[in-house]
Amino acid sequence: MSFPLLTATAVLPALGAVATAAVPAARRTAAKWLALLVSLATLVLAVVVAVRFEPGGARYQLTETYEWIPAFGVRWELGVDGIGVALMLLTALLIPFIVLAGWHDADPLETRSKRWRPTQGFFALILMVEAMVILSFEATDVFLFYIFFEAMLIPMYFLIGGFGDRAHQGGEEAAATQRSYAAVKFLLYNLAGGLIMLAAVIGLYVAAGSFSLPDIVAARASGELEMGANTERLLFLGFFFAFAVKAPLWPLHTWLPNAMGEATAPVAVLITAVVDKVGTFAMLRFCLGLFPEASKWATPVVLVLALISIVYGALLAVGQRDIKRLVAYASISHFGFIILGIFVMTSQGQSGATLYMVNHGISTAALMLVAGFLISRRGSRLIADYGGVQKVAPVLAGTFLIGGLATLSLPGLAPFVSEFLVLVGAFARYPVVGIIATFGIVLAALYTLVLYQRTMTGPVKPELVKLPDLRVRELAVVAPLIALLIFLGVYPKPLTDLVNPAVRHTMSDVQEHDPEPEVEAAK
Amino acid sequence: MIALLIAAPLLGAAVLLCGGRRLDKAGHWIGTALAFVSFGLGAVLFAGLLGRGAEDRTLVQHLYSWVPVEGFQADVAFRLDQLSITFVLLITGVGSLIHVYSIGYMEHDERRRRFFGYLNLFLAAMLILVLADNYLLLYLGWEGVGLASYLLIGFWQHKPSAATAAKKAFLVNRVGDMGLSIAVMLMFTTFGTFAFTPVLDSVGAATSGAAAPVGEGTLTAIALMLLLAACGKSAQVPLQSWLGDAMEGPTPVSALIHAATMVTAGVYLIVRSGAIFDAAPDAQLVVTVVGAVTLIFGAIVGCAKDDIKKALAGSTMSQIGYMVLAAGLGPIGYAVAIMHLVTHGFFKAGLFLGAGSVMHGMNDEVDMRKYGGLRKYMPVTFVTFGLGYLAIIGFPGLSGFFSKDLIIEAAFAKGGVQGWILGTVTLVGAGITAYYMTRVMLMTFFGEERWRNLPAASPDAPDVEPAAGHGGVPHPHESPKVMTVPMIVLAFGSVFAGAFFGIGERFVHWLEPVTSFEHGHPPVSALTVTAATVTVMAIGVGLAWLHYGRRPVPVVAPRGSLLTRAARRDLYQDDFNHVVLVRGGEHLTRSLVYVDHTLVDGVVNGTAAGVGGLSSRMRRLQNGFARSYAVSMFGGTAVLVAATLLMRAV
Repeated sequence: MSFPLLTATAVLPALGAVATAAVPAARRTAAKWLALLVSLATLVLAVVVAVRFEPGGARYQLTETYEWIPAFGVRWELGVDGIGVALMLLTALLIPFIVLAGWHDADPLETRSKRWRPTQGFFALILMVEAMVILSFEATDVFLFYIFFEAMLIPMYFLIGGFGDRAHQGGEEAAATQRSYAAVKFLLYNLAGGLIMLAAVIGLYVAAGSFSLPDIVAARASGELEMGANTERLLFLGFFFAFAVKAPLWPLHTWLPNAMGEATAPVAVLITAVVDKVGTFAMLRFCLGLFPEASKWATPVVLVLALISIVYGALLAVGQRDIKRLVAYASISHFGFIILGIFVMTSQGQSGATLYMVNHGISTAALMLVAGFLISRRGSRLIADYGGVQKVAPVLAGTFLIGGLATLSLPGLAPFVSEFLVLVGAFARYPVVGIIATFGIVLAALYTLVLYQRTMTGPVKPELVKLPDLRVRELAVVAPLIALLIFLGVYPKPLTDLVNPAVRHTMSDVQEHDPEPEVEAAK
Repeated sequence: MIALLIAAPLLGAAVLLCGGRRLDKAGHWIGTALAFVSFGLGAVLFAGLLGRGAEDRTLVQHLYSWVPVEGFQADVAFRLDQLSITFVLLITGVGSLIHVYSIGYMEHDERRRRFFGYLNLFLAAMLILVLADNYLLLYLGWEGVGLASYLLIGFWQHKPSAATAAKKAFLVNRVGDMGLSIAVMLMFTTFGTFAFTPVLDSVGAATSGAAAPVGEGTLTAIALMLLLAACGKSAQVPLQSWLGDAMEGPTPVSALIHAATMVTAGVYLIVRSGAIFDAAPDAQLVVTVVGAVTLIFGAIVGCAKDDIKKALAGSTMSQIGYMVLAAGLGPIGYAVAIMHLVTHGFFKAGLFLGAGSVMHGMNDEVDMRKYGGLRKYMPVTFVTFGLGYLAIIGFPGLSGFFSKDLIIEAAFAKGGVQGWILGTVTLVGAGITAYYMTRVMLMTFFGEERWRNLPAASPDAPDVEPAAGHGGVPHPHESPKVMTVPMIVLAFGSVFAGAFFGIGERFVHWLEPVTSFEHGHPPVSALTVTAATVTVMAIGVGLAWLHYGRRPVPVVAPRGSLLTRAARRDLYQDDFNHVVLVRGGEHLTRSLVYVDHTLVDGVVNGTAAGVGGLSSRMRRLQNGFARSYAVSMFGGTAVLVAATLLMRAV
């Protein structure tokens, strides 16, 4: 038996989490370094997975199957397709930056007693989330996926509720209240989604007699497994609801601004760039794969909700006064694009949506982490407290601008490629939908540039005169992300090569073909 | 080779922007040298094209596959032909000169290195725009120049007005970009590709009946979307409002980006897509109308502005109106439009550099009412500016005369009532051009020296460029050589380019294989048109002299007629935008924030509460219950996992 590479990629950070938590209280710095090393080692493993993966080969590769709970047919069944590899790489890539960016976020406050040891916990929880997320991208057993999909809520809950942003205008007391409100809201929304999904997972087992995704898909394709239209629709709704909460899709989005606002910037990145991606990924893999007919049935409604998300999220971002909430609403708009790309059922849309997941992860990380550096310097999240930062901290302002330009999908940076693919894919099938979504690009420019103008330009505010520019550690976080944004903007081929075959499979799952160009169709 | 042309300034931008303070001393030389390298490569390529036959002058360089996705192919490929090399030479030539000029102009700015980095970035993006072989890559250059323009308009970011102007320019352009992206999508769904050759060829084949027909409605839609894009970039009505504000940028930027090159990208787009417009006559009509309206609009605004740069900006808008109008005329106009574009590039860049030189000598004062009689103090600036002035008003023999005259002829040649209307508009426009340019000339270089005894107004009012700022009575002086030499070169171009291009229709024949060309047949003879143009011009000059030459110019602007006041406010277009879009938008977002906070959040929470009675529990959860709940859940899962693993082991 070959080395269980996929399991190892997830077990490594999980063990790392345990080890980090076990570091003695006094050796805080050692815990940080340990976490960083573990996350880097995980990245190496993820790269090995990507190298071993053959884009033209079988649909699921590097598969591992072990019996787990034979009574229910639950198996430890892992396997990756191109989309899974891409998102796994993204996760493994972002975690070291999140660790490095959050280096001082969990340092003990002087007021706390010496026995307080949140530092170890903070980094252990981040690694724990990483392990769960990677397993969700790998699991091809529906029940196994469900377990990790739910289990990642727990470390996330503690990360949001236990390690809030110290920059709070209402003082320590208000911060604690808001933080726990945000954490509870996060947990309740996602648990509610999860419960409904659990019912659907059980329903699926009853209907299909198996939890194995490849088996069910094959059985459905060959006609062995018949499913009534109503059954399929109900099961689809159960799955979709959970994913729409996590993604999040309008109107289930309101937990995200709270959570991202109250969490520290690295944790906010963890939420939006990593954890939320499981939602959109699962729509593509499970909703479309298991319930192709119901997916098509639900398409009109999903598209409308996605369009609302795009426009509504962007408009609300324009209206925000808090930097982090602004980024959160921008993310809601971007998730609208991703879901739109998935459900327009064209190759361009789905490739675009997958690239979008990766690119949005990188661009939001760049923007949010720089915003976090800025916020930690001034101790405020309010846009109105800033002004003229570029004069005193040009490097910080420059990187912030590039992050912002990536968010508004400037051509030449990675998000443009994915956003344009989604738009083209949408337009090819539903021209009106494509045109409405295009308004999103104007609104994105509006909220990004207004944010930049209010914080970075104009006369320097007196409180900011001594604001230091980016430090070496901070630059080490931002520079690689920016390099990656530029690289994937001018040369996305490595990523598209990985994703294209997987998209072809999904398109055949739902039995859809791309609309032909008018000229071809006329022949 | 073509890629190297772009790589040179791109490298410059990367080095200068990432290089840090170490490069402060040498940065401007690096930037300028790389601009010249690019120009040199352009000249070599041009010579190479000249050595080939007229029909064999298209080179395509395929670099790599940019976005390969099922059914969707976008490449990084460049296309060099007569049209793009014309732009390459204009961009790199004028660009290099302006780099040189900026060495002097920005000498006292501590962020000069970054300025040159942005200028190089602009050159690279603009070259991508004109060399791209498909619409998506063109889009990349299109937004790239938008970014460079954003960075350069807002270069003096500490001034709120500059930051606002930069943001406005980018946003208005984004509206245009929407048009471009929808056009690309339409091409994709219609032709399955958006590379130039297949799209334009199949449009040609379809309209000539050789291939499957493409609905005229679709083509009209594509053409109109392209026009929307062109309106944004080229500051045509209704997306013109950003150009005046863009004058907040340093003057070399106004000369290069907002006069000679970037703002003409819209004309390039229309001419490049000529086949599509030819097949969509309705869209062509709209193009000519947009051009005609902007032509008059810009000219009227140019008459009323006291800020020398804003007066020139009005003029730019108006001149691009001419080009757009010509481009809307179809094959009789494409080559003519490009010819006016090139000559305009020379004289308008020269005029802006002259204006910059005047400001340089006048403590960065921009109000022409505070100038006067400067010809004695700045002889070189006066002569070069004067030549540019004669060129733009179309003084016989100078370059503007040749190119503008051709547009007016072509407009009449459109035929029918339309031809008469368009022809008359272009004629009237020529008269107004003469009027406002004479006004600028007289107020700046002639008349009494009004700057000697200004009322106590401080020269560093908020809207004054902050580079020098000595205050007190200005001491007008000629600019250093590094600034005047580029002005002299451009003046040379303003004088002779038109004759060189125009005599024997050299320029038109050069472009003909790309743009195709037809001779128009104006209802009146070409000579009559020329005579009428010169007459109208003379009337314009005479009227301006009556108003500003014979009478002294008051230092404080008089209230003026209704039209003057409207024109000073850009014909209230900005106020309309502000009230309808900005205010309306603010109300919309504010109410949405409220709705999201109370209604959406409330309804979702409320539904959950209704379903599961969660609301009362929520309060309890907040008191630490959730934490223990989560712990117990986590613990439970762990026990479960451990138990099952154990069971398996047993």
